[in-house]
Amino acid sequence: MFAYIIRRTFAALLLILVVSAVTFAIFFLLPRIAGETSDQLAAQYIGKNPSPEAIAAVKKNLGFDQPLYSQYWNFLKGLVGGAEYKFGPDPVTCHVPCFGYSFKNHLEVWPELTKRIPVTLSLAIGAAVLWLVSGVTTGVISALKPRSIFDRLAMGVALAGVSLPVFFTGALLLTVFSYEWPILDNLQYVNFTDDPIMWARNLILPWISLAFLYSALYARLTRAGMLETMSEDYIRTARAKGLVERKVVTRHGLRAALTPVVTIFGMDLGLLLGGALITEQVFSLQGIGAFAVQAIADNDLPKILGVTLLAAFFIVVCNLVVDLLYALVDPRVRLS
Amino acid sequence: MRRSRTVALTAAAAAAVLIVTGCSSGTKSSDTSSSGTSAAGGADAATKNIVNASDKKGGTVTYEMKGTPDSFDPGNTYYAYIYNFSRLYGRPLTTFNPAAGEDGNKLVPDLAENMGQPSADGLTWTYKLRAGLKYDDGTPITSKDVKYAVERSNFAPDVNSNGPTYFKELLVDNPTPYEGPYKDKTGDLKSIETPDDLTIVFHLKHAFADFDYLVSAPQTVPVPQAKDDGANYVKHVVSSGTYKFESYDDGKQLTLVPNTNWDKSTDPIRKQLADKIVVKMGIEQSTIDKDLIAGNAQVDLVGGGVDPQTQAQILQNQKLKASTDNAYGGRLVYTAINTKVAPFDNIECRKAVQYAIDKTSVQLTLGGPIRGAIANTVLPPDIPGHQDFNTWETKDNKGDLDKAKAALKACGKPDGFNTVLTARTERDPEVQAATAIQAALKKIGVNAEIQKFPQGKYFSDNAGVPQFTQDHNIGLMMMQWGADWPTGYGFLQQIVDGRAIKASGNSNLAQLNDPDINKLIDDAATNTDKAAREKIYAQIDKKVMDQAVYVPLTDFKVFLYRPDSATNLASTPAFSGEYDYLNIGTTK
Repeated sequence: MFAYIIRRTFAALLLILVVSAVTFAIFFLLPRIAGETSDQLAAQYIGKNPSPEAIAAVKKNLGFDQPLYSQYWNFLKGLVGGAEYKFGPDPVTCHVPCFGYSFKNHLEVWPELTKRIPVTLSLAIGAAVLWLVSGVTTGVISALKPRSIFDRLAMGVALAGVSLPVFFTGALLLTVFSYEWPILDNLQYVNFTDDPIMWARNLILPWISLAFLYSALYARLTRAGMLETMSEDYIRTARAKGLVERKVVTRHGLRAALTPVVTIFGMDLGLLLGGALITEQVFSLQGIGAFAVQAIADNDLPKILGVTLLAAFFIVVCNLVVDLLYALVDPRVRLS
Repeated sequence: MRRSRTVALTAAAAAAVLIVTGCSSGTKSSDTSSSGTSAAGGADAATKNIVNASDKKGGTVTYEMKGTPDSFDPGNTYYAYIYNFSRLYGRPLTTFNPAAGEDGNKLVPDLAENMGQPSADGLTWTYKLRAGLKYDDGTPITSKDVKYAVERSNFAPDVNSNGPTYFKELLVDNPTPYEGPYKDKTGDLKSIETPDDLTIVFHLKHAFADFDYLVSAPQTVPVPQAKDDGANYVKHVVSSGTYKFESYDDGKQLTLVPNTNWDKSTDPIRKQLADKIVVKMGIEQSTIDKDLIAGNAQVDLVGGGVDPQTQAQILQNQKLKASTDNAYGGRLVYTAINTKVAPFDNIECRKAVQYAIDKTSVQLTLGGPIRGAIANTVLPPDIPGHQDFNTWETKDNKGDLDKAKAALKACGKPDGFNTVLTARTERDPEVQAATAIQAALKKIGVNAEIQKFPQGKYFSDNAGVPQFTQDHNIGLMMMQWGADWPTGYGFLQQIVDGRAIKASGNSNLAQLNDPDINKLIDDAATNTDKAAREKIYAQIDKKVMDQAVYVPLTDFKVFLYRPDSATNLASTPAFSGEYDYLNIGTTK
């Protein structure tokens, strides 16, 4: 088990390195192949009024005049050792881990990201809990009573949930509960540590809109898995040896049916942590997703690069956790 | 070109909805203005008067904005709404009168006691600061701080890269070029003199009659050198205005509180009404609109107008409609005809394009009458000096195929020809307008192939590079233009002066280089009589239209919602139709 964890962690690190190389290539190599000069490349890092002096400063700071491999090396070095940029006589330090430095508004990217991680984390985890509980529960009940009224109703609602995009459900919830009947008005993110009640109150609508979308998928997945496992021989055996039905369902049926659910969950959560772009936009939450959207709108490459790396990191980590969880969920899986 | 980026985005989205709703809205507005005189003043009231005029103190004024600005640092910004907003915490030498409509274009002294005193040759401008001015920490404001502010904003492009560099281009440089206050810590720019603490003298390379307008930019807001830490100055801007920074969280929120060291007796135009001013950033446009209507927010900081959905909702509701302002945004949407690409070197072929285009169909693609009035002149109606005329008139602006074909014949191309029409990829309405123009030209046998380029490179690499346009047979280019200050010079010079043509980053897309026009520009630049200058601008406008090099399409308009909870709202042409932010209070 321990060796397995070490091995997987090492593989995950390698994967992140590959992702960083690919991301780097997209931003620094591809434009060169497309024939952009280093001046044009540097101009993209500055505001809308690029002067030759500013271009020269960016070129020097990012090392556009050096060969590509040393640029990548500097980039990696920045991640683990920080970097220093020069504007006039005063050097600006980009602290470890240097995910980049925005030349447009003179800000380090990493602190900007860390400021926003709690928002996205709150949004993603709250919604995840909601959709896991509601999705899996409906899935199980539907599977135990297939073709019942509950099953049909639940699967109908699930279909609606999958079909309705967040920018619709979110806007609808906002209009109804924030403006028509202002029960939940003036929504803005409050830190959990400052005021847990306001935190939950202000996040409940985003949670519901996100969870509605996902729980549908989980209900259907769970239902399908449960229907299959509940007809397996070992379930019959479990029943035959006189186990109570509740234990048959939870211990034997659900555990096996959960494996694909956990796999998808890891992916989904990882993606969401990289930024729930639409939900954050609709509810004006200042999370990683809103940051990414703004960075893209501003064409601020260091920010886009940083957010891409962070998103990749979350996905890799979540998948690692999921793989480790397999063993806990499904006794048939042995890690060796 | 100081303009708001969101306008492009909202206009893009607007187009979709407005093709349906926009046409009917134009007729609706006429019947509401008579009936809708509520407490809020009725539709378009704030384009004529200050609405909800009040001296009531207290409360929090909330500004919300989509996205984030380039910077709140007065010396590092190029957006009209920050030019407007920054005056709450910074006083430039001159500024615009906080009033509606034409009165809003009036320039008044602010930090300075009077307008600038030009020397006889127009090369030296002298300003005297008001006595007794103080920063929020109580230290006195001196003319050296104004000088320093101009130096840091214009001569340190690697630190403060966002703003324009008019001063750098206009002021006489040192014998060895001045490198800015961050690199050259002991030196200074010799062409700005400060003989005493209240006097500042600018020495210009050439005469420039609009200099009073230039110093209205936030770049002349005083900055004490000791407090300036370059890029970080934005976090703790030192205030000379009615409000000062309480807290600043980049990308999220700015909170301003009254500056107790601001003295009313030194400031004839400002009021200090609200107890607090909060700017919330990164708010979705539809949420901003709802908050304005619900009274949760008083101002949309960007001032680009409401979301298309909100607009549709407002237009169907007479009560909401009475609380809106549909104002000119100081910007012309047009097609430039490249005089250096055949056959457009022949004026007859240019005339054919002028006659062929159906401006009403173009107007629809741009969002209908609410988002732009059909234009026939280069100078927009909200710029002083504008005169109405229509050189290439067609019935109802729908185009005239007979006249167009006759012009083609005179050009020696009776069967038409092939050319290229460019537009910016990200700007959906612009692309759609190009498509409407393409369709109109097709009717006279002119095949215009539409080529799209990213807006970030439109001027640096494509349409703004004369050689590129010649190499790629680019005869027609979609374009929008707004002035950095509301005068004919500010609007016209870059796009009609032949000497403004650049090898890259060119704005005179037609490459118009007419000695008569160039001379008129010089006449205007050196003429100190405002009325005479405005006459010259109208003359230039007519001459440019005679050359048929620009096809004016629409004069851009914004559609603003005016919350009942906000006081002293006046839509001003000096800031692209935005409300003047100087004295907004709240009834809440």
